[in-house]
This record gives sequence, structure tokens and C-alpha cells, in this order.
Amino acid sequence: MKWFGKKKDKEIDDTALESVTRGLLVFAHPTTVISVEEILKDEGYSIRVVSPPPSYRTGCDLSVEFPLEFEAEISELLNSVGMAPLDVVPITSKGMEPLHFVRKKEFNGRYLMIRAANMKMTVDKISGKIVNISGGGCPDVPYMATEMIGQRLTDVSSPGEVGYSLCAYSLNTSYEELVKELGA
Amino acid sequence: MLLLAGSVPVKDLPLLIGPVEITSHGIKMDGHVLEVNRGNEAMMTAAALICQEYKLDKPVGMVAGDTGNRAGSEAIYKYLAENLPNMNADVVTLHYVMPDINLNKKVLATIDTMDKKPVMIADAGTMYVAKAGGDAHYYDVFTPDLGEMAFLADDKADHPAFTRGYIFDLEDDVPALIQKAHEANNVPATMFVKGATDYICLNGEIVETISEPCVETMEPIGGTGDLITGMISALIYAGKSPLDACRIAGRVNRQAGVLSQPTPATQIEEILQFLPQALHEVLEQLG
Repeated sequence: MKWFGKKKDKEIDDTALESVTRGLLVFAHPTTVISVEEILKDEGYSIRVVSPPPSYRTGCDLSVEFPLEFEAEISELLNSVGMAPLDVVPITSKGMEPLHFVRKKEFNGRYLMIRAANMKMTVDKISGKIVNISGGGCPDVPYMATEMIGQRLTDVSSPGEVGYSLCAYSLNTSYEELVKELGA
Repeated sequence: MLLLAGSVPVKDLPLLIGPVEITSHGIKMDGHVLEVNRGNEAMMTAAALICQEYKLDKPVGMVAGDTGNRAGSEAIYKYLAENLPNMNADVVTLHYVMPDINLNKKVLATIDTMDKKPVMIADAGTMYVAKAGGDAHYYDVFTPDLGEMAFLADDKADHPAFTRGYIFDLEDDVPALIQKAHEANNVPATMFVKGATDYICLNGEIVETISEPCVETMEPIGGTGDLITGMISALIYAGKSPLDACRIAGRVNRQAGVLSQPTPATQIEEILQFLPQALHEVLEQLG
């Protein structure tokens, strides 16, 4: 039994010795993170979009990992654009990054469907209109479908602007890939 | 009673509860008509059509408006946590809601207090939160598509958006995903995996696949999975076993696809209208 106690002490010591150099910006909605990611990357910060630590997880969350040494200036920047995080926490372990792989499929040479994770968006290449949105399970998916289907890819607000959830984040990946493929 | 619950994309719509009536403008519930687009309305319409064909009482719908701000989803979780034991539900299907592990656990804690536990079916956000919370064992049937199957197989992911790349790449090996998900206790006893080939599973074993007729243009159409979930719910309520409900629903969905001859631009209500005919044809084929 003493051995187990010793091992536990060592684990605690290791954690305590690990230097905390990264922090996490926690937001209310995953899609706020899309805007924050763009702003901070444009400013040259080394950031990653990741899942929050377990104590912050509800099942549909996303946060931004950043270098803790820049906490003050990043907080000031986000406050100035009205995107202040709900919380800022130091972290010692790496969060999971959302999936950015996509799968593409063409139908009859006319329709292009792109799927990211569980979300699919299909566009008519002749008219440039979004003809279907499929997959997903968060409540903003049917809402985004209502707002986006029938709109031209070039005219429509992106899922990152219309939605709130991780499904919206994945659909935004499909949308961005479609814009890349078909041109904005 | 068959209870179907989930959010609808109508801003500020309060919690509505009542029998689901099919009208020419959509489904009518608690004095409100809801347009059938996809999601819960499509799932509820499919269930109501099957109940109608089996001459059962109408399913009871529970909806609240939620376009992503969580308010409607929270109203549904809270109502279920406080009132489910008094609703006398035999089958409960929970569908589009904003995943919230804590609120979902309150609903499940309420179910723990019930002498007679209803048959529990989960798809969409409810399936995500059940898996993320380690609560898949509370449910009887899940109905994932391939992207969701990969998520269920990844014991580290809280949401399909976090599925790790190497598991996402396993989608061409669906049996491996099913096995991984089962070994991690992330799925209930019965599962219907929707795809070009549908997989019907019991306790982690594939007991049947359905791949014909294949209407490839169904894949991009939003709501086809919702129809399957609605039909499975109603068929179980009609007395079918979960496995038989999956067998029938999978075939009816494909047959409705054949009858509607969709393009990738077809919307789900165009397929829904063929469900009764497709059901008759499938039941005749199955004898």
C-alpha cells in the first residue's frame, strides 16, 4: 500500500513542477471561437482551437488555447471588439482539436457535397445555390438549413455567423471548403 | 403513449406539448402549426404517419423553439426531469437538443426513479450527449449515420466535431467502428447505422445489413435520417421489437426514396408523402 502512496506523491510533484505556459479562453458559444480564432491569428498569436477542460464541458463547447504570457494584451484586444471570454484558465494538458478533414462527393457532375465530421452541405454547381444541408444534432442545424438553403454560396452568411454550436463549426468547415472549390 | 421530444428552429416558441396532427401546412401541436423542414418536425411526421397506418393513437410531441441559444433545449430537459414519470410514456424518443451533459443526467436520474422504464430512443443531440456523458446504457436504440458512428467509436470525443482523424478514416470499415463503440460501452443494445449500406446491430454484433434498393441521391438530403428515427419509434410503439422496427424502417426509407425519385436538391417533405405507400409495399414484401 505504501508503494501506491509514493506513486501518487510523485504524480502530484510532477504536475506541480510542470511550467504552465498556455492558457485557455472559454466562450459561451463554439462559433464565437471562429471569429476569435481569425482575430488572434491575424494578429500573429500562436493559438489552437481545442476542447475545454472537463470541468467546463457541457457536450458542445470549444475554446482557444493561447500563450499565457500574452494574457493581458489578448484580453484587452478581445474586450475592445466585444468578444470578452467567459473565463481565462491556465492549462497543463492539451485539449483535442476539432476535425478539419473533409470528404467530397459529386452527383451527376452537377452537385458537389462536402462533409466535415457529421455535417454535409451540397451546392448546385450551375446555379451556385446551396440545395441541401444534412447531418448534425444541435438545434441550430435546422435553423441554418432554413436560413441557407436556396441561397447562393456567394451571398449567404456563413454557418459561423448564423449558428452557435459545434455542428455549426463543422458545417462552417464544409462551407469554407465549398467556397475554395467553387470560388466565392 | 409515444412521446417525441426535441427543439424546433422557431425563435422564442414556448414549450408545446400535445398530440401530433398532420395537416397540409405542417404538423399541428398544442395550437401551433410547425412547418416540416427536417429535424424534429420530420421525425414527428414520420412517426405520426406510421401510427396512422397502424391505427394507433397519435404520438405526443414536446417541442420548444431553439435556434442555438439553448433556451428551448433547457426547457425540454427541465420539463422531462420534472414530469416524465407522470406522462405515462411507453416509448420516448429524444432528438435535436443542445447537448448538455448535466441537464441530461437530471432527466436520466428521473428515469431511474420510474417503476416502469419507457423504451428510450436517441438520435442527434440527445445521442451526442448520452455518449459524451457515458450514459448510452440508459437507452435502447441509437440511430447514427457514418460520421456519428465514428464519433461513438472514439472514446475521447465529446462531440462528432472532435472525432480523431484516424477514426474518421475508419468509416470505410463500419464493422470495426461498431465493435470499437460497443467495447467502449458507447452504444445501447440496438443500433441502426445509416449509410449506403445500413447496419442493424444487437449487442455489438451486426445482425443484418440493407443495401438495396440504393438511391444514391438520398445522401445529401437533410432529414432522411430523421424519418428513420421517427419510423423506428412508431414501429416499436406498434409492438415490433427494436430489431424488427429497424428492419422495416430501413426498407421503407429506401422504398420511399425509389418512389420519390429525388435529386440532391429534393427536400424531405417530398419524400415523406411516400412513406405510407412505401410501408405497404415493404410489409407486403416481408410477408
